[in-house]
This record gives sequence, C-alpha cells and structure tokens, in this order.
Amino acid sequence: MSSEPLLSVRNLTVDYVTDRDVLRAVDNLSFDIGRGEVFGLAGESGCGKSTAAFAVARLTRLPGLVSGGKVMLDGTDVLALTGEALRAFRWASVSFVFQSAMNALNPVIPICEQLTDVIHAHSKVSPAEARARAAEMFDLVGISPKRLDDYAHQFSGGMRQRICIAIALCLRPKLIIMDEPTTALDVVVQRDIIEQICALKDQFGFSVLFITHDLGLMVEFCDRIGVMYAGKLVEVAPAATILKAARHPYSAALGRSFPPLSGPRERLTGIAGTPPDLRHRAEGCRFAPRCAKALPQCLTQEPQLTSLDAQEGVAACHLL
Amino acid sequence: MSSAVSAEARPLVEMLAVDKDFVLGGFWKKTLSMRALSQISLALHPGRALAMVGESGSGKSTTARLICRASRPSSGDILFRGKSILDLDRKAAAEYRREVQMIFQDPFGSLNPALSIGHHIARPLRIHNPALPRAEVRDRALAVLEQVGLHPSADYLARSPHELSGGQRQRVAIARALSVGPSVLLADEPTSMLDVSVRLGILNLLQDTKEQRQVAVLYITHDIATARYFAEDTAVLYAGHVVERAPSQTITERPAHPYTQLLIASVPNPERRITPTAARRAADIPIWTAESRGCPFTSRCPRASAICRETLPPPTKIDASHVVSCHHI
Repeated sequence: MSSEPLLSVRNLTVDYVTDRDVLRAVDNLSFDIGRGEVFGLAGESGCGKSTAAFAVARLTRLPGLVSGGKVMLDGTDVLALTGEALRAFRWASVSFVFQSAMNALNPVIPICEQLTDVIHAHSKVSPAEARARAAEMFDLVGISPKRLDDYAHQFSGGMRQRICIAIALCLRPKLIIMDEPTTALDVVVQRDIIEQICALKDQFGFSVLFITHDLGLMVEFCDRIGVMYAGKLVEVAPAATILKAARHPYSAALGRSFPPLSGPRERLTGIAGTPPDLRHRAEGCRFAPRCAKALPQCLTQEPQLTSLDAQEGVAACHLL
Repeated sequence: MSSAVSAEARPLVEMLAVDKDFVLGGFWKKTLSMRALSQISLALHPGRALAMVGESGSGKSTTARLICRASRPSSGDILFRGKSILDLDRKAAAEYRREVQMIFQDPFGSLNPALSIGHHIARPLRIHNPALPRAEVRDRALAVLEQVGLHPSADYLARSPHELSGGQRQRVAIARALSVGPSVLLADEPTSMLDVSVRLGILNLLQDTKEQRQVAVLYITHDIATARYFAEDTAVLYAGHVVERAPSQTITERPAHPYTQLLIASVPNPERRITPTAARRAADIPIWTAESRGCPFTSRCPRASAICRETLPPPTKIDASHVVSCHHI
C-alpha cells in the first residue's frame, strides 16, 4: 500500500428514503484501501457497514440512495458509471461474497452454470473454455471439479461458501467485498476458509474489504480496521493496535464485549444502551449517550476524524 | 424451587447412556437411520451451568429436545430428581414442563408478533396456575420483567415484540421462562442472533438468574469463549458423541481430545496473524449410524491409528473432573 491506494472513498453518504423521513445510514464516510490490503469495517448491526459496502460495489437499491461523495477504484469514478460501463464494472472490478451462501446460490441451477454464467457475461469464450475455467476455480478453493454439476443443497455450508468465493474470484477482480463471509460457519471451517482466502490473496493480489462483527477474527485477518458507529467512521487504526490501544471509547468498549479464551474469568459488561435512532438525529457525538467518559461538549459538538494519512491511526473523539 | 436449592449434591437432571436415532429415509422394511446421539450421559446441577459445545449437526439441540420431552430417546434414560421422565402421567408431565423451561436462539421467531409482551408472560403463568387471580398474574409478570432488567416494567406489558430490540426481546423470552419458577433452563444459543454489544448483557442476566434462583442451566453454544465465561462445566460434542468433559477452564487451557484442541486452535485470536494456507479438501463429518465402529473423529484426526478405526474409545478419566474419549491420551 505504497503510493496510490486502490480504492479511495471520500465523503460517501447513503440515505434510506421513505415517505415520511430520510434516514442517513452512511454519513460522510472516507477511507482508502491499498493494493493487496485487507481493510476491515467493524461495528454493531445497523451501523452502516454493509450499506457502505453495497454503495462501493454499486449495488445500492431503492429505498437506498447514494446522495453524496466520491468512490475511486483504480482511476475509475465508480459512482459516475452508467449503462454498459457499469455492467462491465460490476463483478469484474469489484465482486462480493455474501453472508448466507445458501441464499446466494441458486438452488435449481447446477453450480457449474452459476460459475460459467459470470464468465460468459464478461468475456467471449466457448462453453468448453468457460467450463474449464470453472473447474480451475473449483480446484483453487479445494473442491473436486467432479462436483461441478451438483446443486447447492448437495454441498455443506463451508463448501457453499467456498463456491461463493470461487464465483467472486473467477473474473480476477481487484477488490473483493466480503460481508460476514464466515458468520454462519463453524469456527474450524471458518479458520480453513480465512486461511485459504489469505493464500489466494497472496497469489492473485486482490484487496479485500472485510465486514464482520467478530473483532477477534478481524484483528487476525485485516491490515487496518475502521470502526463505524451510527453511520459514522469513528476510528481507523492498524489491526495490531486497535484492541490494545483503542483511541475511541466505542472501539474500546467493542473490544471488551468478547469474553477471552484465556486469563482470569471476570465479569465483563458489554456496552449499555442501544445505538441512536438515525431518523431523529441529536446534536453532538452519536456515542455520547452510551459513553462513560462523555464531556459536556460531546453532547453539543460532533467530533470529526482529523486526518486519514496518519499511520498510527485516527479517531473522532473530543477526549483525544 | 426451594427443594432445588437444598439438593446441591444430587443432580437435578441426569441423562444416562442416551441414544437417539433419526430415520432418514429408505422404504419397506429397510429403513435408513442415523444416530444423532450416542451414549450421552450428563448431569445438570442446581446453580451450575453445563455448556454443550460442538459444530452444527453435532447433536447439541437434540440433547435439549430430549430433556424437554419434545422428543424421546431411542434408548437410555433421563432422570429428573431421580425419577425417569420418559413415562409421566398427564399431571406429572405438566409439572415437569413447568420445571424445565427453554430459551431459544431467535427472539424474533420465539415471540408471537401479534401478541403483547404481557400476554407472553401471563400465558404460562395462567396455564400452570389456573386459580391465580388476574391481579396476581399481573403482579408476577411485572416482577419478573423487572428482574430481567426491563424497567419500568409496566411500560412493557402492553407493547408488541416489534417495538423491542433483539436484546430486549431475548430478555422477554427469559422472563417468560422464569415466570413459572423453573428449576432447569435449557438455553439453546441464546445470544448468537444478538448484536455483539448486547450479548454480554444477556449472559450476565443468565448468570445472575442461575446464582440467585439456583437453577440448573444447559447452555448450548458453538462459541467456546462464552462457554468458558458463563458455564462452570463444558462438554464437547462431536458427531453425537461427548468426546471430552471437564470444568470449562480446563477445556480451554488443557484440552486433551484432538477435536477440542482443533476447536480451541480455530477460535479467532487477536494475538496472532492468519497464516495463508492453500486449499485443503476437508474431510466430512461422518454420518453416524448404529452400525458405525471406531472413533467418530478418525477421518480428521492427526493421531488416528488402526485401533481408532475399530473401537470406540471409552470415556477415560484424566483427573477427577476431566473425562476424555480418545485412544491416544
């Protein structure tokens, strides 16, 4: 991640528009992902991490609306793409691995067709060639190519997720967005799959936007992590320091929400309260009502992320 | 409830060598069945929690279903306060259902969206105490909502499930279970559908409930770290077999069975980095049947030898409280 980042997101804002009100799910989000870098977005459900990822991949659908900001991927202005350029961009430049592999795969079409479908949509190849590419992808993710003609239900949960990874990889995209790719899986299978993604990343050099609520896994896998709260990015830091030296009280509290596997058994508290209702936005820091260290100014002034370039990490908090 | 407190030494619930077969298919006289649970023996003690850890399909939920009489064991026995629960008359069965309450994984599915919170709490109270006056039902419902941390409780009675967050709904589900004064709670993944920030709150509530009411808890989870946090003892299940059983701390610090060791090594650990590893063709978990022989973990076990393919390893005591089923310990 030397000079030019692969992905550069600036002031991305996504709203959900209903008859009655406008809910700002992602608010002025800015971050970069370097080439070959794994960037994690962490946060509670509803904090906007998936909404942001969908916007980056141009998958936002009504009532979602990208209402501002800029997304640059390797020199392409992603939000400005339309028509044929947009169709060519999707999946070939940015692909997606979703959480529920069972729902991501079509149950009534053989797996092979779901792989070759993607290949045919983006390149002029013969059916035999497409099938050979599909077989090669199967081999890469550790599934016997003999099973190409099987259906989704004939595979275990872990294998289905590997197939989804194969489909995401088959056009050699520059960026793969993984939205909770292993949440539904057993820990042993989860580790296998993450280790394998790591090896594939080294082989093909793609970057990853990794979304999960499991901070432990995220710290192990990601290079840098951004923590989101109520639509705002509140902290960005190297994975190695985000748990040990969290700057933002929310990141620190999130880190303390996971019981450890070793050390003394002591009572942990989690985070009291609930995230704010985004339809009725109050002034000040969004985390202030749940923050144990809140100052008077936290309730009136919204803290901003200072700089994005700092190597050691940044946080949006008045306490710093 | 008071008798549960005094019976410290005797287990409340005991499973004795329970097998459970499920018919998968086949026709005529040739039916194909799988053994979901093999020779499961375990005990639940008042004021203590036993965690059942294992991957999906290992038989965790089947165990809970057998204990709450939703399903019958194929062989073996289940005792409650020393008496078998398999053949209870109507009255005894109703009383047993009051004593043993369940908390489910999905608080969105386990509460009826058309009915108020008050109804959810009052219904079991009325069923188990038909003579209870209306005012008393309301008072008890308010008290139990208060206990699970939903205050002011009067505000919640008329509300519908959709008005509450996942954590609050799970608190309602716990209040419903506690309303009839059970002595045993079967909690099947009670936190896995909840947001990370509220999981600990629910676990702490169950912890307090367990201590204050001296209820016995079966805590079903795939998360070995919360098992260690919440439960005194842990049993590790693999393909319907208890492969290791010990105090939770021992399981995480000195796992003896190769499967437990694999499980512990797989838990995300912020102290390490992922090592890139090329694809492995993972061995599948065997479908166990009554005829299967050997150790169920053989196909994935690094220590497997000839004997593992032939004979099921018997439970072996490493020390007073640590039992492992493996030929190579």
